[in-house]
Amino acid sequence: MNIFQVSYKNLLRRRLRTMFTIIGIMLSAWVLVTLLGFNKGYENSLNENIENMGFQVVLTAKGCPYEAATLMLKGGTGLRYMPENMVKDVAGKPEIANAAPMLMHAVFDPNKGESGGTTVFLGVDPNTYPSMKPYLKFNNEKGAWFSDKAKEVVLGFEAAELEQREVGDLMMLPGSEDEYTVTGVLSRTGTQDDGMIFLPLKTAQSAFKKEGELTMLGMRLNQDVDASAFEEELYKLPDVQVVSMAQVKNTIMSLVSSAKVIVLSIAFIAFLIAMFGVLNTVLMSVFERYQEIGILKSMGALPKDIFKMILIETTLLCSIGGVLGILFSFLFSGISEMAIRYFLPFAPQGALIAIDTKTVIFSFISITAIGIIGGVYPSLRAANIRPLDSIRSE
Amino acid sequence: MELIQANNITKIYTRGSEKIHALNNASFSVNKGDIVCVIGQSGSGKTTLVNVLGCLDNPSSGSLTIDGKEVFKTGLSLSESELTHVRRRFFGYVFQKFFLIPTLTVKENILLPAVFQKKYKANEENLDPIMEMLDIAKRKEHLPSQLSGGEMQRVAIARALINNPSVLIADEPTGNLDSKRSGEIKDLIVNLNKEHGITVILVTHNTDLAKIGNRTLELTDGVLRQ
Repeated sequence: MNIFQVSYKNLLRRRLRTMFTIIGIMLSAWVLVTLLGFNKGYENSLNENIENMGFQVVLTAKGCPYEAATLMLKGGTGLRYMPENMVKDVAGKPEIANAAPMLMHAVFDPNKGESGGTTVFLGVDPNTYPSMKPYLKFNNEKGAWFSDKAKEVVLGFEAAELEQREVGDLMMLPGSEDEYTVTGVLSRTGTQDDGMIFLPLKTAQSAFKKEGELTMLGMRLNQDVDASAFEEELYKLPDVQVVSMAQVKNTIMSLVSSAKVIVLSIAFIAFLIAMFGVLNTVLMSVFERYQEIGILKSMGALPKDIFKMILIETTLLCSIGGVLGILFSFLFSGISEMAIRYFLPFAPQGALIAIDTKTVIFSFISITAIGIIGGVYPSLRAANIRPLDSIRSE
Repeated sequence: MELIQANNITKIYTRGSEKIHALNNASFSVNKGDIVCVIGQSGSGKTTLVNVLGCLDNPSSGSLTIDGKEVFKTGLSLSESELTHVRRRFFGYVFQKFFLIPTLTVKENILLPAVFQKKYKANEENLDPIMEMLDIAKRKEHLPSQLSGGEMQRVAIARALINNPSVLIADEPTGNLDSKRSGEIKDLIVNLNKEHGITVILVTHNTDLAKIGNRTLELTDGVLRQ
């Protein structure tokens, strides 16, 4: 037997109290790991979403820049249009390596999901759009992009699941009697493309009665081009909005930074709750064992032995709670993510909670350290109990 | 052979502005192998006396020599850690309440002082003979809640003896026991003294138990009479 075993057995004395304290620490650790994981995951997903847009600069009809950013990321509604011929001039500029004109159309479908939902169609040029997004792959060998002007569609992964269509199936567009052939179903990308129904640009313009109009023009610049100077040149165009990927990223990241402060504040509060929970429990346990600790000292325990014994009890409580909290954050990250998506419907695609080794180690060390700090005062109180006082109180 | 020598031990407590003389110039000696009974009315200073003798407390004045070494003298008091080192070397304590750790087995409770004194391995060898002597060997793996009052006090005595102390200080060891169990503890203390030569300082109200002493110290309002 050693002092560690004595401390461990002391914790078994009031099992219920020990259990509740561990649960308290576990919850704090769970909150901490999940929040830190969310911080990281949200930023990663957002970065990934922006990178996966495939465009460096997007031209849209003039309007709110945030609306334009939302349109780029989520395929938003309230769409504005710009003339196709004006865009053609831009697309021909030598600075541009590739330009993909797009027409987005969103239709509310009352039969979609439990309370209806929006189906987003994207008319794209099959010669330019796929090369801008090389990560778009078909989920089986039969899949292929449509030909220009054909009555064909390519479905994003989730759109295909929702429409329950496979390659070769026919489907109709809302408000149209024409049948369209599914030429391909894309693999899951974790981006807004998963929910999209793609069709040839000309077909889309005709089907949605938007001939000669575009929603946006996605551009990738040549490598040696000064992007800022080129954007400045685009600003001179009337009635268009220039949105660069760097701009979008900076705007969203500054919003995320503000959210980060809030998240870290909550994590700090979780820390404090854990610390005071431990302090309260251990101090109560020391007071309850006042006489017993005095007797241990009369039997030869030095103040440092008692300090060590109580601090080991605290460390055990915190490390068990910390490990359980970390396990829970892994086990229930799916549920936490669902909850976050429920409260943040416009959260980016991809894993919102990214718990890596660094987060786990940081959280474990922090929660244990903060618990131990909470245990220092009760340990000192215990170490300073005089055996004589405890015998007198007998 | 003289084991403890106390000279003019005085202990004064302060309660508000009032000074209480718990002990007044107590001088006496304890020889190796003695059973010294300390008797007196409640509040007479019995426990204060054994606390000072057992290095649980510093006297206000006077000197105390244990085994030839002066541990207290007027103007010199020991820190808590220094007192602990003296206690570790010389004393084992038994109290009216047993103070056994409820989550530790009998064996673990007995060996607890050895854990703190880092003598666990060495003192584990003492365990079986002590448990045999105190007739608690069969209860080795039991928890305190599974023992009778008498057995619990035997475990407390075993715990006091595990580090081979020179002196066993027992403060009202039968205070929580019925007459049958008290008789057993009395016989046990006599046996420890006669068979194993352990010096015993016994504080008691029990006149029957006090008869086992070869010396009696009677205290009245802090004044010692031998």
